[in-house]
Amino acid sequence: MSATPQQRFEDLAGALRDARQADEQFTLGYSAEHSQFIRFNHARVRQAGEVTQASAHLRLIRDGRQAEQHFTLGNDPQLDRQRLHDALAQLRQTLPLLPVDPYLRLDESPWQSHDLQAQPLPDCAEALSLIEREAGDLDLVGIYAAGPICRGFASSFGAFGWHQANSFNFDWSLFHANGQAVKANYAGQTWDADALVARLRQAREQLDFLGRPAITLKPGSYRAYLAPAAMDEIAGMLCWGGFSAQALATGNSSLQRLYNGDASLSPLVSFDEQVSGSLSPPFSDEGSPRRDLRLIHEGRAQARLVSARSAAEFELQANGADSHESPCALSLAAGHLPSTQILERLGTGLYISNLWYLNYSDLPAARMTGLTRFATFWVEDGRIQAPVGTMRFDDSLYSLLGSQLEDLTSERELILSTSTYGQRSTGSSHLPGALVKALTLTL
Amino acid sequence: MFDSSALLRQRFAALRSSAELFSLRHVKQSHQSLSVRRNVVEPPFFSQDEGAMLTARVKGVEAYAATADLSQAGLQRALERAEALARTIAAHSLLDLSGQPAPSGRHDHLSPNFDQPLPSLADCLELLATESASVPKDSRLVDWQASLGISLVEQTYLNSAGAELRHAQRFLFPGLGVTASDGQDSQSRSLGRENFGQQGGFEVIERCGLVGAARRIADETLQLLLAPNTPSGPRDLLLMPDQMMLQIHESIGHPLEMDRILGDERNYAGTSFVKASDFGHLQYGSRLLNVTFDPTLGEELASYSFDDDGTPASKQFLIRDGLLLRPLGGALSQYRSGLDGVANSRACGWNRAPIDRMANLNIEPGDQSLAQLIGGIEQGILMRTNRSWSIDDARNKFQFGCEWGQLIENGELKGVVKNPNYRGISAQFWGNLAAVGDRSTFQVLGTPNCGKGEPNQVVRVGHASPACVFRQIDVFGGDA
Repeated sequence: MSATPQQRFEDLAGALRDARQADEQFTLGYSAEHSQFIRFNHARVRQAGEVTQASAHLRLIRDGRQAEQHFTLGNDPQLDRQRLHDALAQLRQTLPLLPVDPYLRLDESPWQSHDLQAQPLPDCAEALSLIEREAGDLDLVGIYAAGPICRGFASSFGAFGWHQANSFNFDWSLFHANGQAVKANYAGQTWDADALVARLRQAREQLDFLGRPAITLKPGSYRAYLAPAAMDEIAGMLCWGGFSAQALATGNSSLQRLYNGDASLSPLVSFDEQVSGSLSPPFSDEGSPRRDLRLIHEGRAQARLVSARSAAEFELQANGADSHESPCALSLAAGHLPSTQILERLGTGLYISNLWYLNYSDLPAARMTGLTRFATFWVEDGRIQAPVGTMRFDDSLYSLLGSQLEDLTSERELILSTSTYGQRSTGSSHLPGALVKALTLTL
Repeated sequence: MFDSSALLRQRFAALRSSAELFSLRHVKQSHQSLSVRRNVVEPPFFSQDEGAMLTARVKGVEAYAATADLSQAGLQRALERAEALARTIAAHSLLDLSGQPAPSGRHDHLSPNFDQPLPSLADCLELLATESASVPKDSRLVDWQASLGISLVEQTYLNSAGAELRHAQRFLFPGLGVTASDGQDSQSRSLGRENFGQQGGFEVIERCGLVGAARRIADETLQLLLAPNTPSGPRDLLLMPDQMMLQIHESIGHPLEMDRILGDERNYAGTSFVKASDFGHLQYGSRLLNVTFDPTLGEELASYSFDDDGTPASKQFLIRDGLLLRPLGGALSQYRSGLDGVANSRACGWNRAPIDRMANLNIEPGDQSLAQLIGGIEQGILMRTNRSWSIDDARNKFQFGCEWGQLIENGELKGVVKNPNYRGISAQFWGNLAAVGDRSTFQVLGTPNCGKGEPNQVVRVGHASPACVFRQIDVFGGDA
């Protein structure tokens, strides 16, 4: 019987402990997944494959110096140990070439964490048959990604963490013949065929609205409702260094005026890094237990995300942030607007299901631009009138979630990241929709 | 170089399969990242990655399995998984590839100066530390970083039709960035980084101009902090090559990707305002616009002899005299669409399958010097160095921002302005192309970060361009 991923990682960590010299310290991260990727176009399989991958991330520390190596692991314990020893040799060669690192700080606590979620995943053929049965007559395009994901961490100080979860993420769009589309997603750890069928049917019903002739809006200021998926794009922009201690200290954060106390958001706005209960491993890539943190409370800045390195550089307390100081489970507190009253409260304006391709047009002013995408509707007197052609917005966060924020929905959506750059992401966000008095459209 | 070839060849020959066609694509990559930030050496980062993708075609249906287990048994298991998956999806498959020819041939491709030794790690760190230390002491200069990334990639493609295609490439990414802040506003200037990378040896660092640049970049950053905002309104726009590359990338490259036009990317990267029927008919830009897919400029990031599906690569005009001629579509897209394309089927590594990507996408030089370009503008603005990019999913409505702006009045460069942004619509923007710089303004640039595909992939793409002038573009600045 072949070894489990955890046994392989423990074996590797053991080999590293054996090879460690008395004056050396190490951290060892581990990441592995077995993934099925099935792409769809026109409700048929466009491309399908399986990927089995595992890698280790070794940081070696000696005499106040540190260097890191990431290396791929195979299926042969002997070969993997050889790669570990090769990495160790290269880092040992490198360290004497470096000056003492003044910002080297380590979490020396021997914390232990073990998290195993092994719910069964659907059979690939079964999932394909279900999708074809429910959507075979539709123009469906998207991807089904599923399989186990593992993350591990060990250090020479005795820390050990293991996180393993089976998960799936089916992310798709349904296209109307006129080019309009609605986007939907079914993701999680417990597969329920009925739940998928319900989501597919809900998306199918939304297609009816998209069949109406689209209207084109002129640039200007509009009342708007931003659904949770659209809010996820805005929240995603804040994850680009917005809460980062380093970015805040060096003029590279979009929230620097908020954290300086020179600006505020609406009292409705409270952001948290809510790791507990999320799909992310409960330990950071640096090897510290993650913590739930209140980042913004009632529109005012609170904690920032502080890595061990930033803690040393800027004389702060590290708080379990990843090395890149980006939230992994950003949560925005719910408001008071029941979802059933969204159209009524919107009255006349834009119902925006998704936003797309955001970027900053003026970073220190938290001014961002982006576009509507998928199922954006013009609403009059609380009734959907017609889909709206793609429009560009350009507006400041201090307006959208500040002076112009009217309410947030009382229900929130848990959005699991669909990112598969390098590996399947474990990130998530938990967000309400937002009703804003004015959204500036520019093109 | 190609140390694994003999063993791979032997193991590939020993694979057993009932597939009508199968292939192995082995990729071995190493990378090192060095950085000195605020005069402190950051921990060096190294990576080593190796694995293989096995693809099987069974009754016209293809599937893949990727593995880092390169033993004979490991490769055999992966091939069998690919075959089994091809059978599983057969009843649901979009494509029947029974008639698609298999690539063949044997060829090796190397980066220029691939074997030339690079400076030692200690020398590289010293170079970066010297640049970092050259940033003047000024309390407004709050962050600065000199960096160097070096990647080595070896790939071997073998298939059951007898192909053996290998490439060995080395990529260098030098960079320098400085941020200034007065507590309210902050401004950044950079050199290289996401806007520059080339294949080759140490000469890439020289061509980037990294050595000795820190003082100038810091000075420009402070100028920006003190500068007024870019005025709003229509103006003639002179884009320098380090913004042209982004303009080409987003509003020519992505819309011409054939897999987008065929609908594969509609759920993620998006679709295109270009239709398959537009090729050979659509006037994409003014008659000054000449765009090539050019894998022959040795130093450019995506120069190669064969793409990752084994199609031989050659220079092709995609747009000539403004007329749209052919898409960025690899062998599979050409088979599906019936259109002539280019060799641009590419993957980011062994664990992702090739899809249509940009590679080297260039604008051919025109006949005007930079002085002539500026001299021909009555009221305009020069912009350089991309910092912000946003475009709709059909690649039409865009808004881009640059680090550096400089007004042009009556044919002369005037004052510096900060937060230079502009917006437009691709289908109209290129029609406003009014002047194209000559070879003296032409630069070979590129980025390591082009994202696309499901599952997601990031690849290196090259863009070479002269400076170009566009008439009456909507420009604007920031909030403060």
